[in-house]
Amino acid sequence: MPDRFLFPIPQDLDWFALGPIIVVVATGLVALIVEMLRHKRNNAYVVGVSVVGLLVAGAMAASQAGEPAKEILAGTFLRDRFGCVVQVLMVAACLLSVLFSEGYLRQKRIAYGEAYPLMLWATAGGMVMATSRNLVTLFVGLELLSVSLYVLAGLSRTEAKSEESALKYFLLGAFASAFLLYGIALFYGATGSLHLGRVAEVWTSGFETGRSLLAVGMALILIGLSFKSAFVPFHQWTPDVYQGAPTNIAAFMAAGSKVAAVAMLYRVLDAAQPMVALWLPPLFWVAILTMVVGNLAALVQKDAKRLLAYSSISHAGYLLVALLARFKAPDVVSDAALLYYLASYSFMTIGAFAVISVAARAGRESTGLSALNGLWQRSPFAAVALLLFVWSLIGVPGASGFVGKLLIFRDALAADLVPLAIVLAVASVVSVAYYLALVRAAWVADESEADAAVAPLNAGSGLALGICAAGVLGLFVFVGPLLGWMAGPRSAEAERAPIVRQG
Amino acid sequence: MSLVLDHLLSIIVLAPFAGCLLLLALPPEWKTASRVVALVSGGISLALSCVAWALYDGAKGGFQFRESYQWIPGLDIRYSLGADGISLSMLLLTGVIIVTGVFASWTLEERCKEFLTLLLFLVTGVFGVFVALDLFFLFLFYEIAVLPMYLLIGIWGTGRKEYSAMKLTLYLMLGSAFILTGILALYYLDPRRTFDMLELSGGSELAVGLQRALFFAFYLGFGVLAGIFPFHTWSPDGHASAPTAVSMLHAGVLMKLGAYGVIRTCVAMFPEVAPSLMPIVAAIAAINIVYGAFSALGQTDLKYVIAYSSVSHMGVVMLGIASLAPVGMAGAVMQMFSHGIMTGLFFALVGLVYQKAHTRDILAMGGFARRMPGIAVAFTVGGLASFGLPGTSGFVAETLVFLGTFARYPVIVAVAVTGVVITAVYVLRVVQKVFLGPLGEAWSELPDARSTEWVALVSLAALLVAVGVWPMPLVNLINHGLRTLGMEL
Repeated sequence: MPDRFLFPIPQDLDWFALGPIIVVVATGLVALIVEMLRHKRNNAYVVGVSVVGLLVAGAMAASQAGEPAKEILAGTFLRDRFGCVVQVLMVAACLLSVLFSEGYLRQKRIAYGEAYPLMLWATAGGMVMATSRNLVTLFVGLELLSVSLYVLAGLSRTEAKSEESALKYFLLGAFASAFLLYGIALFYGATGSLHLGRVAEVWTSGFETGRSLLAVGMALILIGLSFKSAFVPFHQWTPDVYQGAPTNIAAFMAAGSKVAAVAMLYRVLDAAQPMVALWLPPLFWVAILTMVVGNLAALVQKDAKRLLAYSSISHAGYLLVALLARFKAPDVVSDAALLYYLASYSFMTIGAFAVISVAARAGRESTGLSALNGLWQRSPFAAVALLLFVWSLIGVPGASGFVGKLLIFRDALAADLVPLAIVLAVASVVSVAYYLALVRAAWVADESEADAAVAPLNAGSGLALGICAAGVLGLFVFVGPLLGWMAGPRSAEAERAPIVRQG
Repeated sequence: MSLVLDHLLSIIVLAPFAGCLLLLALPPEWKTASRVVALVSGGISLALSCVAWALYDGAKGGFQFRESYQWIPGLDIRYSLGADGISLSMLLLTGVIIVTGVFASWTLEERCKEFLTLLLFLVTGVFGVFVALDLFFLFLFYEIAVLPMYLLIGIWGTGRKEYSAMKLTLYLMLGSAFILTGILALYYLDPRRTFDMLELSGGSELAVGLQRALFFAFYLGFGVLAGIFPFHTWSPDGHASAPTAVSMLHAGVLMKLGAYGVIRTCVAMFPEVAPSLMPIVAAIAAINIVYGAFSALGQTDLKYVIAYSSVSHMGVVMLGIASLAPVGMAGAVMQMFSHGIMTGLFFALVGLVYQKAHTRDILAMGGFARRMPGIAVAFTVGGLASFGLPGTSGFVAETLVFLGTFARYPVIVAVAVTGVVITAVYVLRVVQKVFLGPLGEAWSELPDARSTEWVALVSLAALLVAVGVWPMPLVNLINHGLRTLGMEL
């Protein structure tokens, strides 16, 4: 299977398996053409085309989740349940961000139609990152995602902070890519292949030079991905970039880009299973650091977007716990917790950013917490939705965030990662304080400005908020069937089996 | 009709939630309609709680009105409800307090709709905790009962409201973390692998050390809400800052959730280790009683006096629970009921006094009985119940508690009983300073309670006396409940 051709000849091409990605890329092209033909800067058709394309792609990906895993195009593309579910999540994240984009961009007077094709291509990149075990394919996916996001972060080009955001993201992104690429080169040197499947073979071969090359290569790859996933200490770019980027883009970065990075990390760690003793200890500490620093730093934030950025860092820590549990004890832990958490995280994070975007007023956006003041009066629906998202972000029962944390907690115990489970629980208590700052700003603090009149929510934002709220509640109510869909029948059995504690 | 009877508890729990959803749909200007919706949905729960009381089969005992539906098969989480005598007495208490609480906040104008929505949401959680038979749902309802408090105090409170709201929320979330840890540890470590509280009751096969740890996790977790020393400091601040109806609900009902949780987990699930650990609980309870009473003695803010008296009275509840004997336990539940009504009455009164006099400073008041005789009478009735005068519910409750615990912890009880004396001192001090003595010049125009304000005062004061004079119906009900704990009077 793993052959020596870098660009093998496609003999086993399965168009349908590639379908979701192709549809998203093609939709991006169509959207770009529609954008050129539009009248008077009216982006309605561009949004319409994007939404339809994304829905089709999402349906195609969802329909393939139950099919047996197969690797096509000589091992450069993999279709399996994990990949399909992540594709659906990527599409959903993009769809929700697109829905509330137009109203927000118009208000900010930066309604450039190019935003939509770029968001679609970024999504396609993220989808590629979930569906391959070939490092070059993964890298191309990552770059497609990143380059699109560099441009999007600077969309508000008259604003200095948006430019700063784009530049910072670009420089650190390039830095991360360099790590990753160097790691891939060493990997190729060690294994003579770009396919992740070769790790086990080389690692167990006893060929010392190959082993050490592989170890260094893997370390560099993991560092590169840690940048992308915003793990501490590779997180410093996150608050600046989220704060400066337009809010709809920040929402997509926080949800979509994180999902994609975690998915790629999943592929790498899955392949590096035989080397678990080597990477587990450092990543264990990275997880603890990420949870601790993310939550503590969030406590002192005065800006809503920076606060959510640190929140996204802490959630990255929880996701890393799920990953570590998954690959430390692959026999007893399924993908369910990780995927469920990704879904839940995406809904609540995009929802929270959408609420902040609603608070943007008359062309000038201030994202300080005080900008949310009086939201309960200006836009009761958004304010109630914010309560729900905060409820879920804290991890209180009644919304998906709780079940997600519960599943990760359980997996961490099952994999004998008790310290991580404890840090997760304590971190969740700490997080109450800063999430309540959002509630306080929107509900408690007095309205200082005069324009307290109820502003009608634009249809797109209302819809996005509604879907996010329904998602957070729906994930909670229909946990059983959803876990079955995400992790497949085999793991549904494993859910029921008693946990055998190791060691 | 059978549809109602088959889902009696669900309807009791969900009626306030339905009211909450209905309120969300109403325009904010319809204030009277909002109040009526809140009253009706709370009233349905109260009425059905009475129906459940009437229909409860005492001869059969145990948990009745059971409902059970699978929710997550893989984790064996069930939506499982049931009520025994203890639950039913708490349901009645909650029903009374929410209805009178709505009356007490009838004149609230600021963001009236949002206030009532949150109040109903909170009370949904309270009802839910008292009937949940699945640890997962117990915890779910517990959080629903606790978290809205942040907004209720933060928005509608007085004084240092944001500080109090945040302090209260953080303390209670810390408690929740202990509870959740306990629930999860119990689930994953116990071979029965279930959240079913009935299955978990009656003993555990876990190692003794582990059982002790779980006992403490639940005791600390629920204890924070019950105001145990030294985790009680959120409670005076929270109660003093909260608006009237919220103080009533919080001191009257929510703190009982903590004690109720301790009964359902520590007492019911760990009978082997409980006897050896209960002396600690009893000692802390005695500190609560005496320290709380002394603190109340030193306050000049009327609301702080009542708030510290709650800390003291919750100590009596915890002391009764620590007896692990039927008399003390019956006394504890009785005290939960009695204190709930009493403190509800107190906070309603303080709210009224503040609303009319615009001050809560005891030293600034005096002679109010001349201008507001109704309020003065009601306050005195509550005060008498507070230090357990015979003929009030407080007497029945405290007598049972001290009787039931004396044999087991003579020294601790001897210390605790002094709390009753101090209670008499601070209650009479307040009565004297506020209602008796010469009437100040500034207060010559003070009005007495009016129209809807009477409802809370009269009904709560009447209940205190009624239960004190004729406690048997309630004692019988509680006694049926004790059987589920393997005790009987």
